Amino acid sequence: MTAAPPMSTHTLSELAKTIRSKNAGVNKITFDIIFRDRENYERVKRSRVLTRESVAALYRIPPERISDFVEYDPAYAIKFTIYRLTPSGSAGDGDIFGAQQYAPLLDLAVPA
Amino acid sequence: MQTLRIICPNGHLGFAPLRTESFQLGVAAAPDYIAADSGSDDVGPVPLGSDTSTSPLAWQRHDLEQILLASRKLGVPMIIGSAGDTGSNSRVDLYVGIIKELAAQHGLTKFRLGWFYSEVDKAYLRRRMQEGETVQGLDGYADLVGSELDATDRIVAMAGVHPYVELLRRGADVIIGGRSSDAALFAAAALRHGFPADTAYYLGKVLECASFCAEPYGGKETVLGIVSHDDVKVTAMLPSQRCTVASVAGHAMYERSNPYEELFAGGKLDMTDCRYEQVDERTTRVTGSRFVPSERIRVKLEGAGKVGERFVGMCGIRDPYTISHVDEVIDWARTQVRARFGDSGYELHYKVYGRDGVMGDLEPLRDQPGHELFILVQGVAPTREMAEELTLTGVRQMFYARLPDVKGTAGSVSFPLDEVLPASAAYRWTLNHTLVVDDGLELFPLHTADVGE
Repeated sequence: MTAAPPMSTHTLSELAKTIRSKNAGVNKITFDIIFRDRENYERVKRSRVLTRESVAALYRIPPERISDFVEYDPAYAIKFTIYRLTPSGSAGDGDIFGAQQYAPLLDLAVPA
Repeated sequence: MQTLRIICPNGHLGFAPLRTESFQLGVAAAPDYIAADSGSDDVGPVPLGSDTSTSPLAWQRHDLEQILLASRKLGVPMIIGSAGDTGSNSRVDLYVGIIKELAAQHGLTKFRLGWFYSEVDKAYLRRRMQEGETVQGLDGYADLVGSELDATDRIVAMAGVHPYVELLRRGADVIIGGRSSDAALFAAAALRHGFPADTAYYLGKVLECASFCAEPYGGKETVLGIVSHDDVKVTAMLPSQRCTVASVAGHAMYERSNPYEELFAGGKLDMTDCRYEQVDERTTRVTGSRFVPSERIRVKLEGAGKVGERFVGMCGIRDPYTISHVDEVIDWARTQVRARFGDSGYELHYKVYGRDGVMGDLEPLRDQPGHELFILVQGVAPTREMAEELTLTGVRQMFYARLPDVKGTAGSVSFPLDEVLPASAAYRWTLNHTLVVDDGLELFPLHTADVGE
């Protein structure tokens, strides 16, 4: 049996206001994690739970597939963008709008 | 003129109808312009390639009617960009026709209708390439080569402000645009009235998706933008929505990989030094945006090419042993397809819902499939007959998959329908490129006509 996480650990979905994915042009999908306040934003930034490397590991893709990784202070947001393997709407694409690719981010554990 | 007021009732006109309550509140706020873009490359390459709309005619007509009647009543211009989802010539003609019909139907007094096209002739592009021009690929696309141009059915160029400014200068009261940068139609109105590009382009950037710059989330609601010589204010018109610092700043990053800049034909909007302030409960003020003109005008090109005719089929799996061997079931079906059709000359795609149908290679939980699976099969081939047989083989042979230890020997899958269904032909984005032009009007022929009595 594994030990329960410390009480102060939260999931990303508990801390963020918005977690979403969407096409950015026809060959990329961009992910936005937006916080309601500076405190939660800074906490997640400090935790290093979301970095170019951690995101690549989570989605099991090489880091080169991440075209941009931005900590966007004006909106208390962290955003990253990945290349698609084939452009949106090609036969076999399961998400033409790229709108349902964010789910693995929801349960990321963020330490206090 | 100290300020200019523009309302935007819909971020993608036609895709879902505008909401009339907030639109009427926006109209009551005495705008100088009503503007909305009607296109997106989000809808995939099929509409552009097949020259169709993904939006139903009834919804397109609904919004055009609402906006036209309001604009004529107020006596202010309306601007619609990227007609009919793609901005192809047939979509511009469709909207121009709807405007003329509505004018007759409602007995509207005379107004000037302006429109422009944005399809690019393949022969023109081939000539430019032969002259040594590089058509540069965007976002991982290689520079354009002749074979990709050959594989393309239709190309549209994305207009900047230029055709809109010129049509306004020619006195257009109603403008129907071909494919356009959505922000350009708003920026053009502000530029036409002498406002600086720094605020004009930001006005367009913040208004283009209507209420997506407001909170709480709710699409298709009207927002009001007010541009001055040194700021932009944006206000939600629906009483329950607000434009907050967070929602407005957040909108800058929506659908863009870089939240600090956006490229247009003729320059880029730099939002690095933007400052956001809440000025009243539903209004946010933005200062510090900058427009940086480019040395040469680079126009974005979108092109789609047909891959083949397409059918779809579907089946389900409930046996846990079969679920754990679903890839072998698919392999069996693929093998039967190869035996019939060979190794190439078609596409066969399997989506396994309940495992990784939504996320494909990005799915971290791929090794934890659910207790039942749904499998969508798509077959793409040069003819409808072949696509149908290909897809039927790819689905039905799953029923006969030979798994060594399966208990159920009467059929490996369930069929909700024992048939395959015709789908839209398959297309792909062949062009996602940019081309240098000498003049922002070069690819966009303009037309005007007086309409009404």
